[in-house]
Amino acid sequence: MLSTRVLLKRCAMAAIVVASTAFAASGDASGPAPAFTLTTLAGQPSGLSAYKGQVVMVNFWATWCGPCQQEMPLLDQMYKKYKPAGFTLIGVNVDKEAPPVKQLLERKPVSFPVLLDPANQVSKAYHVDEMPSSVIIDRKGQIRYIHRGYKPGDENDYQDRIRQLIRE
Amino acid sequence: MRCANLLLTGTALGALLLSSGCSIQPWVKPYERDRLADPIMAWDRDAISNAYLDHIRESREGSRGATGGAGGGCGCN
Amino acid sequence: MTHKHIFARAAVIAALLLVRSTSADVLPDNRADVFYSKYSGGGMDITGYSATARAKITENFAVEANYFIDKVSGASIDVLSQASVIKDERKQKSGTIEYLRDKTTYTASYTSSVERDYISNTAAISLSQDMFGDLTTVTLGFANTQNKVGENNGTANDPNVAWVGHALTRAYSGGVSQIITKNFIAGVNLQVITDAGYLANPYRSIRYLVPVDVNPKGYALGNQVYPDTHTSTAVQVQGKYYLPYRAAVTALYRYYTDTWGVRGNTYELDYTHPIRNRWIFEGRVRYYKQNAANFYSDLFPFADSQNFTARDQNLAALDNTTIGAKVTYAFLPDGWRFFKRGTVTLDVSRIRFNYLDFRNIKDYGLPQYTPGAEPLYNFNANVFQAFVSMYF
Repeated sequence: MLSTRVLLKRCAMAAIVVASTAFAASGDASGPAPAFTLTTLAGQPSGLSAYKGQVVMVNFWATWCGPCQQEMPLLDQMYKKYKPAGFTLIGVNVDKEAPPVKQLLERKPVSFPVLLDPANQVSKAYHVDEMPSSVIIDRKGQIRYIHRGYKPGDENDYQDRIRQLIRE
Repeated sequence: MRCANLLLTGTALGALLLSSGCSIQPWVKPYERDRLADPIMAWDRDAISNAYLDHIRESREGSRGATGGAGGGCGCN
Repeated sequence: MTHKHIFARAAVIAALLLVRSTSADVLPDNRADVFYSKYSGGGMDITGYSATARAKITENFAVEANYFIDKVSGASIDVLSQASVIKDERKQKSGTIEYLRDKTTYTASYTSSVERDYISNTAAISLSQDMFGDLTTVTLGFANTQNKVGENNGTANDPNVAWVGHALTRAYSGGVSQIITKNFIAGVNLQVITDAGYLANPYRSIRYLVPVDVNPKGYALGNQVYPDTHTSTAVQVQGKYYLPYRAAVTALYRYYTDTWGVRGNTYELDYTHPIRNRWIFEGRVRYYKQNAANFYSDLFPFADSQNFTARDQNLAALDNTTIGAKVTYAFLPDGWRFFKRGTVTLDVSRIRFNYLDFRNIKDYGLPQYTPGAEPLYNFNANVFQAFVSMYF
């Protein structure tokens, strides 16, 4: 029978190694923001080009994603606050079907534009590798920051970045 | 005991390989996990009920262990 | 008494299972369940009541508490020489803490199970790690259980418990879960469990042949003698597949082997079918078969014929088939006030047990059946569960 000490040591080793496995973190990014045209829930076409010259945050979300639901009201507050200063938030929904999105927005409406990306073309173009993801784009159309995931308190990060880019 | 020993060493080695730069691109993207996030795809939708059924079985059978599951879901954050 | 001991031992594993459904991206939703269960079969009636609550203290830290009470009553097939009616109660309490950091979830739990002739305490820890873009989850776990085994030499209503031994159980588990496609997730679990100490059930006896003039039954009872160590290994492979319409199929196979010579195979198939946001229907079929332990016999040729002897029906060659159905109804599909969702679930199972080398000596014997020729034992059991779950 393997001694408890050796076994515990091996458990600890496995735990440390496993916990140090690399993963993508939020951070600065660069490059032009890929243009896109999607439709709203009402069927109207819209895209990034409609907000040229503004600071834009593109938030990728889904009805089946818990943290996405958590941050929506906070994103809505942020949108209302900074809109007059030249900021827009576009919610790109990645659900495969529209009815659940409609139902959710009827129960919990938001004032920022929501566009549907059921074929996931825009998600692919933006290399979305975490749900939710928020991509912050400056007035010149360059990607400046990508935030992956959502934990309470992250909205402060968003606001810091947005204020910085609005001042530019 | 040999099995447990092998298991731990194997997992530690596996994780070491992973963290030392062999980066595999996930073939199921985070925005394609709608079905996996559906509660019907959870291994243990009702953990208390499954634990109770296992309890019944283990008190009537000579086998025990290795039940349950983890992972899947939306993969958010 | 007989079944309670076994239930208590099984609780060890059940305790480890409380940490089973972790996913290292977000901690699961807050939830409270009130649970009722009823098992009836083989002359036993066991009613269980339970309450569980789990809540996130912060986004990274959650706690869970569970209280379970089992009430056993009935006359079991293998209670041969004691008073045939059993009545007893088992109380189990457990507490779990969960901590999520980046892609790793750490869990620690403590479970205490008490009945008047069996006390069992388990401390368990586990770790769950997401990797490969959250497609793979690796879990490792360890549980340590101290058991104190007693024997009631009195009656159900007037007990006289003598403590006969201790046992130590350690369970080591590992599992890997892998998302294969957007419709398919598979997993493999391995669990090695070692016990040492007093491992027998003090209420069960062996029997051995004696001449009819020594005992009119043709056999005499004797004590079981178990080895004082036991190591088992179980491997389970499972898969869940999302069908082209909104439904899921689950298939699993488990192989079990131990140092007592028992080998068991479990096969299970489940089908889950939801209807919109309100209903989830589930059907399951399970088949289990095992061979007998190498020191088991229904009838020994004479006293002390082997170093180790057992006639515990759990160690016999047996098979069982289960058919089960489960219905969950969301009476609060979209929540109410601070509740996000409320559901009520009913689950029924019918299990047919068939013993291949354990005979029914309670109902059959001489002169119609000579020892060793009594009919093989079999029985049906019904398991009913009802619970209300509130998510908040």
